[in-house]
Amino acid sequence: MLSSNLCRWTLAAAVAAVGAGVTSLAEAQTLAQVKQRGTLNCGVDTGAPGFAVKDDKGKWVGLDVDFCRGIAIAVLGDAEKVNYVPLTAKVRFTALQNGEIDVLIRDSTLTFTRGTQLKLNLVGVNFYAGQGFMVKKSLNAKGVKDLNGATICTITGATLELNIADYNRANKVNVGTLLFEKLDEATVALESGRCDGYTDDTGSLAGARSTMKKPEDWIVLAEVISKEPLGILTRQGDEQWSNIAKWILGALVTAEEVGITQANAEQLAKTSENPEIRRILGIEGDFGKMLGLDNDWALKALKTSGNYGEIYERHFGANALQLPRGVNNLWSKGGLMYSYPFR
Amino acid sequence: MHLSSRRISQIRQVIVFSLVVAVAAIVASNVSANLQRRGLALSFEFLQRPASFDIPFKLIDYTSRDSYARAALVAMLNTLLVAGLAIVTATIVGVAFGTFLLSPNPLLRRTAFLFVEIIKNTPQLLQVLFWYVVILRQLPNARESYQPISGFFLNVRGLFVPTIQIVVPAGRGWLAGLAIGVAIALVGLGVRQLLTPQRTQARTLAGVAGGLTAAALLCWFASGAAASLNRPELLGFNFRGGVQVVPELFALWVGLAIYASSFIADLVRGAVLAVPKGQEEAAYALGLKHGQTLRLVKLPQALQIVVPPLVSQYLNITKSSTLGIAIAYPEIMAVLGGTTLNQTGQAIETMLIIMTVFILLNLVVSAIMNRYNRHVALMGHA
Repeated sequence: MLSSNLCRWTLAAAVAAVGAGVTSLAEAQTLAQVKQRGTLNCGVDTGAPGFAVKDDKGKWVGLDVDFCRGIAIAVLGDAEKVNYVPLTAKVRFTALQNGEIDVLIRDSTLTFTRGTQLKLNLVGVNFYAGQGFMVKKSLNAKGVKDLNGATICTITGATLELNIADYNRANKVNVGTLLFEKLDEATVALESGRCDGYTDDTGSLAGARSTMKKPEDWIVLAEVISKEPLGILTRQGDEQWSNIAKWILGALVTAEEVGITQANAEQLAKTSENPEIRRILGIEGDFGKMLGLDNDWALKALKTSGNYGEIYERHFGANALQLPRGVNNLWSKGGLMYSYPFR
Repeated sequence: MHLSSRRISQIRQVIVFSLVVAVAAIVASNVSANLQRRGLALSFEFLQRPASFDIPFKLIDYTSRDSYARAALVAMLNTLLVAGLAIVTATIVGVAFGTFLLSPNPLLRRTAFLFVEIIKNTPQLLQVLFWYVVILRQLPNARESYQPISGFFLNVRGLFVPTIQIVVPAGRGWLAGLAIGVAIALVGLGVRQLLTPQRTQARTLAGVAGGLTAAALLCWFASGAAASLNRPELLGFNFRGGVQVVPELFALWVGLAIYASSFIADLVRGAVLAVPKGQEEAAYALGLKHGQTLRLVKLPQALQIVVPPLVSQYLNITKSSTLGIAIAYPEIMAVLGGTTLNQTGQAIETMLIIMTVFILLNLVVSAIMNRYNRHVALMGHA
């Protein structure tokens, strides 16, 4: 009696739970929906310094947040009309697939399976990272191979443990991993010596080191074992919406290339004779209309947050996390940031 | 037309059941329609693909080249292991504290009361984390390991246990197997002898045992098998060889067991109090002391009362084992609902598997306890 009751109710609850997860689905025409709603639902990290965190006034700030704001002002004419949806690594793609958010800008790695099997659009990279290691100085490790036999703590829900397993197989070493749900417990394990080190994206390691009791006892290895192109994702099947996200990113990067800044954008729109600048800022050609937006879409975005370089400087620069620009510099300055041309 | 109450109850059950089926059908069709619109399909094909991640603690062989299905099996066994250990420990500790709560000694009684109240009224996740921190803080680093028994090492990385490696010449495996089988039978015989009150005559027993031992040894040597000890050794940062029992297992085990034991202690206390007063008076009249009365008269009868609520405690332990995800214990929620879900993106499929596993686990626990309940109920009230 007990077991049959249990079975029946558990089954009913289970089915109801699954159903609830997949009720509302956004079709194509995301642009129309966002305009009608009047706010952009932007999926961001629950708290990653540099990418998306709430400041002491409760306002979202970060590189990813600036991209949400850029899309919001281009589409809705107001950078504040963003509903930030903080998502854990585990639920982020499901939230996007379900239409709970319009766009996912959550320091997420763009990978093959996410672009195929998960039916998501890999819009573009807004931060190039790699998987690095923070290890105890006393290990005297010079590179990742020296970690053979060591145990590395990490946070679940990313591709970190997969990269280590791949590295082990490729290099015939055995670097163990211990997967935690949250950074707090991983830190306890690190401090007590349960783990020899911690692994994460290079963008986050500096922050993790600063939270240790004695940061000077830990070093960040120069070697990285993976490419982590972090970027913007949308649902497949709505090319217009994906294009908007793709070209906001393109406009911010190109603006840095051609020298449009937050401060001079308005001025350049009036005076510039450079044809590409004029096309980006909507003076020539109907580029905004081709996206289904106003022609000053990029001008508005640039006036709000500035170009890509300014955004990077604001969140990772000398007055912030002090992470050298490195591969995130423009292609013309030895980095990887490169945008398709505006013509 | 007159309907008997039994008939009405049957009709009611049919209606409820049809409603449940109807709701399930609507939800299922909704899910599949929505999945189709997204261009996705409910599919368990991913289970055959290589998992490509390591699992730090496993009871069966597993490498990152094995499939997601095998990773899920490894995780399920880890769940079963910690749940099983916690259920046994919680029962023992719970019954002990339940009897302490009834002790005439005020110090013991009050201490037990304090223990039960504190444990019962703090969040379980907090307790699991607490035990994890306590265990990690107590254990030394690898170079300063405790060595309680030669070959066993205990440090912050866990307990390192030597394993026995058996190498058998090709084609003689069945002989070695036979030897091990006979040896197991021998141990089984010994255990049975200890448990049964009517002991077989010593001489017969010695004969049987001697015969079995000889047979086992004969088979073993005939097979030409060689057993060697695989001892853990400190190499570099860590121990190699043997088996590593991770501290996360101990923390989760203690965390689950202590929490459940406080509820079990209360159940036991209540059940003992529910035994008719006449039983106690009769026992005292026969000259039994408090301890004897409790052990010989009241506890056996309390057992009959306590079994059904005990089942729900056992089910709670099994479900709460998912807290392992917080302290990096690779149980089913961490491996399937964490890494696998994240890598494959098959959210509905992995959650369905996890729910199915827990429903099955809990049905098995219920079934076993129901059998046991019938067994103790059959003994009847005195």
